[in-house]
Formats: sequence, structure tokens, C-alpha cells
Amino acid sequence: MESKARRKERLDRGIKVRTEGIYAVSSLREITYLLLPRLVLILGLLIIPLVLPSMYWQRLICMMGIFALLALAFDFLAHYVGIVCLGGALFIGLGGYIAGILNSSYGLPPVLTIPIATLGGALISTLLLLPCLPVRGIYFAIVSLMYPLMISRIIEALGLFGSTDGLAGLATFPNIWVDQYIIIAMVLISLFALRRLASEDFGLVLRGIKDNDQAVKASGMSITWYKAQAVFIASVIGCFGGAYLTHLYGWVGLSLFGLDFSILPIAASVLGGIGTLVGPIMGAFILIPLSEMLRALGPLRIVFYCLILVGFIVFKPEGLMNYFQRKYHQFEHWIEV
Amino acid sequence: MDILIYGTVNSVVFALIAVGFTLVYGVSRVPNFAHGALYILTGYIAWTFLNTLGINYGLAIIIALVIVAVIGAAIYQFLLIRVRGMPDSEIIASFAIGLAIMEGLRWGGFIGQAYIIPVFIEGAVEIAGVPIDFQRLIIIGGGLAVVAFLWLFTHYTKVGLSLRAIAQDERAAMMLGIDSDLTAVIALALGSALAGVAAIAILPLGNITVETGYNVLIYAIAVCIIGGLGSWPGAVMGAFVLGFAQILTVAYIAPQWTMVVVFLAIILTLILRPSGLFGRQKELEERV
Repeated sequence: MESKARRKERLDRGIKVRTEGIYAVSSLREITYLLLPRLVLILGLLIIPLVLPSMYWQRLICMMGIFALLALAFDFLAHYVGIVCLGGALFIGLGGYIAGILNSSYGLPPVLTIPIATLGGALISTLLLLPCLPVRGIYFAIVSLMYPLMISRIIEALGLFGSTDGLAGLATFPNIWVDQYIIIAMVLISLFALRRLASEDFGLVLRGIKDNDQAVKASGMSITWYKAQAVFIASVIGCFGGAYLTHLYGWVGLSLFGLDFSILPIAASVLGGIGTLVGPIMGAFILIPLSEMLRALGPLRIVFYCLILVGFIVFKPEGLMNYFQRKYHQFEHWIEV
Repeated sequence: MDILIYGTVNSVVFALIAVGFTLVYGVSRVPNFAHGALYILTGYIAWTFLNTLGINYGLAIIIALVIVAVIGAAIYQFLLIRVRGMPDSEIIASFAIGLAIMEGLRWGGFIGQAYIIPVFIEGAVEIAGVPIDFQRLIIIGGGLAVVAFLWLFTHYTKVGLSLRAIAQDERAAMMLGIDSDLTAVIALALGSALAGVAAIAILPLGNITVETGYNVLIYAIAVCIIGGLGSWPGAVMGAFVLGFAQILTVAYIAPQWTMVVVFLAIILTLILRPSGLFGRQKELEERV
């Protein structure tokens, strides 16, 4: 039995430990260490539309933003509340249809339809998901995956809202720059709001529910109420994406309830790193252009896509962002055990 | 009478589709979302052997089943084994594999009307005034045979007994020297082959399309959830509930509502009784 195993030992960098406390403001170096990643992200997102000014990329950036929002909502629910919600399409579809109906039937401008659709859609999806909240794990995942599929079939069967053709000729945004900066601002706001929320008391309760719901229940807090609030927050983010999408193209249709909106955000979170909140956004900004570039390959695109997804989830489940964070905060060396 | 006969046929079709899915889930707790993909894959492999290579139909079927079983085992052995015990990763990984297979087939040019595998025996008979073709009778017979085979297999063979042991209590079974991963590989191979059997029996009724794969997956999930995930008698009962519900919908409401019935059944069952109409042993794990 003379086998020498090696493993990696990881130690926090000194500067990481220093920046956790009041010493963070002691020198410029510490401040830079803290601010650099955040500034890179914020400025990066703000600059992207300026460096990629072609029509094709502008549309793509809007789509990336929508998927980033969905991925963010998924990650928040999955990692901080322990609800695996595969129903991104439910949020997109509800938000999109409400905005579309308000605009086409009542002639409201996007300034009104988007907030109404965001809150109304979030309320409806929370009410729809409310009875399923006590159901756990894979069961909740399946229910949330089925809801959007069912709603699209119902719309088709009843011939509501333009049925399979959808509603066309809706109001759009004044110009493409407004398009891009609305969604990018929303991504940044949601990201930092969720990060803040997760470190507040509210976020602590949510994580408690994820780790041990019986204990939270025993502390006299209603799990369902907290879960419902969390779902509402996530669906606000998702429904905004839907309402925005409607006004981006001036069109709503059954494809808003399509599987794409449920699956792609998850792929993005897996790629970017589940539980980091930033990771899913990064994942969306990598995956969506990638899938557009592969579009020339036809159906093979989805094959590649799935292989990337399987590869990451099976062989590298931590995702990109966790990897980068580790490299940034810690040094590693091999030791013999 | 129409409703009774076609309801039965429809129910047996569902039972055939679902039994492989429920077998895999029951034994290894892996929800095999690639089930639908394996189902149509069998159809296409059989078609290729039959028409491109010109092999005897019976032989082509057997080869197709073996290939699909090997693919199922490989999926577990090389991919799913690494994410076992993480339900979300299992779902995403297996669904992605299924999607890759289906879209790969689409890319390979398997679209259009040309892909039809022949029925076993041509012709039809009348039962109580309702014409019914032989293929549908074969489906009923095949369904009963598969259920009977599974029952015998899991009650009287060593491998089958070990599958049941793992399904009932994994830890105790492992203490008795049963290899959990090996049984899961066997379960996946068997489950995939069962998806193949269902495909061979059912596909001759229409032509093979990639989209069928998605529907088959949804049917399999619906049936298993109604009957209770991982419970075999439950799956058969669930198939009958869903089969008749669909036929009744077509007869009394309208055909476009059939899929809505399926989704509604899934959602209602999960909300009201997540362990299914006929299962209750795992209730604590599913609900808070």
C-alpha cells in the first residue's frame, strides 16, 4: 500500500482576507481588488453595444439580455431558495402576452404595458405555482416545465389572442439604442438587487429553507409565504423579459411559451456557474452568440449545444464563474497526502 | 364500444411507452429524459437496417433493440453515473442527451414522409362491430406480454430480484453485495430496450417523425406521475386512466384538447398527490 496521492491545497490570498473587513479601504490596492471585477462587469456590459454596432449584433445583445434575466431568475430560485423552476417560458409567455394584449386591445404605450405586464404576469405565475410550492425537487421541476406547454396548447385550442398567428403590429421602442440599454440596465439592476437581497435577513431565511426547511418551519416562519415571495421576485424578472421581448419585435406568439426559454437559461447557468448570480449572466452572454454562430449548421446546432451542456454538467459542474472566483481569491499548490 | 376498444388500445400504447421509463426511475432514481429519443432512434435504426441494408425484418428489429440497449447502458455508464443523486443535473443531462439524439437524427436527414416501418400482419378484423387492424391487436398482445415478462423477470431471476432489491432499499441491497451501479446500467439498458419494443410495436401505425420523440417523453412522464413515479402497477393503471381520458376527450370535446388533458393530468396529480394515485411510500420525501 505505497501509493502517493496528491491533492490541491487551496489557501485564501491575503488580500482577500484583508478586504473582507474594514481594511478594505486601507489602500488603493485593496479598493482596486474589490472594485475591479465589479467595474469590469458593469463597464463591459455598458460598452458591448458600442463595440458591436451592427444590426445583427444589436438584436443579439437584446436576446442575450433576456436570457441573462431568465438565467438570473433560475439561479436565484435554484441556489438560494432550493426551487428548481424549469418554467422560464411561463414567465416570458405571461409577461409577453399581457403586454401584447394591453397594447393591441387597449392601445396602451410600452411605458405602461411593461410595468403592468411585469407585475401582473408575476402575480399570475406566482398564483399558478403557489399550489405546487410544497412539492419538492424533480416534481416541482416537472410541473413548472409543463405549465407553459399547457398554456400554449390551451391558447391554441381555444383560438385565443390570435391563436397560432399571435398578435402582430404592436408598438416597438423608438430606436435600437433604447432597446439595448433598457435590457442591459435591467440586467445590472436585477443582478445587484438580488445579490443584496441574498445577503439580507430575507435571503438568510431563503437559504435556510433550502438547507433545512423543517428547521425554518420550526422557527415559526411560513415556508410557503417566503417561497411565494421568492417566486414572485424571480417571476418579476422573467416577466419583464417577456414584456420587453413583445415590444422588441412588436409581436407575440405561441413561441413565447416554447421550450427554448425554459432550457437555454439553465444551460447558461450551468455554463456560468450555479450559485454565483454573475455566472448565469456570463453564461448567457457566451451561449447565445455561440448558438447564433452555429446557426449555419442547422439542426446540428442543437446537438453541439446539448453536448456542451452535458459536458459541463457532467465533467465540470462548478461552471466558469466559480472557477474564476477561485483563481482570483485563492492560490493553489499540490501537496502529498 | 368504439370508446372501449380504442381506449384499451390507447391505454396499452401508453403502458408500453411508460414501462421502460418507470423501470429506470424505480431502480436507479434516474429520470431518463432521453426516453423519447431512444424510442424514435429504435424506429430509425430498424428502418435503416430494413431498407438500406436489406436485412430480414425480424433480424432488423432484434439488432435495433440490442443497439438501443447498448446506447442506454452507455449513457448511464459514461455520463449519468457522474451526476447520480443530483436530480436537477440528471434531468438536464438526460434531457440534453435526448435532444442531441433527436436533433442529430433530424440533421441526419430523417425527416419527411418516407420513414415507415411495415406492420407485422396486414388486414383487419371486426370485434363487436368495430373494425380493428391486426397491428393494434398485436400491440395489446405485446403490451400484456411485456408486462408479464417484466413481472416474471423481476420475481424469478437473480438479476431481476437484484433490480427490485435496489429499488426498495439501496443501502441494504448494497450490503448484500448487489452492485448499485451495475443494476442501474442493467436497468437503463432494459428500459431503453423497452422503449424500443414500444417503438417497434407502435410506429408501424404511422410514419416515424422526430417530433414523436417529444410527445412520447411527455406521455411517459404523465403516465408515470399519475401512477406514481417508479411504481410498475401504478404505471399500468396510470396508462389506463390517461388512455381512456384521451379517447373520451376526443369523443366528447375536441381532438385539439388531448395534449391539454395530458398536461393537466400531470399538474393536478403533482399538486394533489405527488406520489401518484397508487403510491404513497415516499410521501415524506416529496412534500414539505
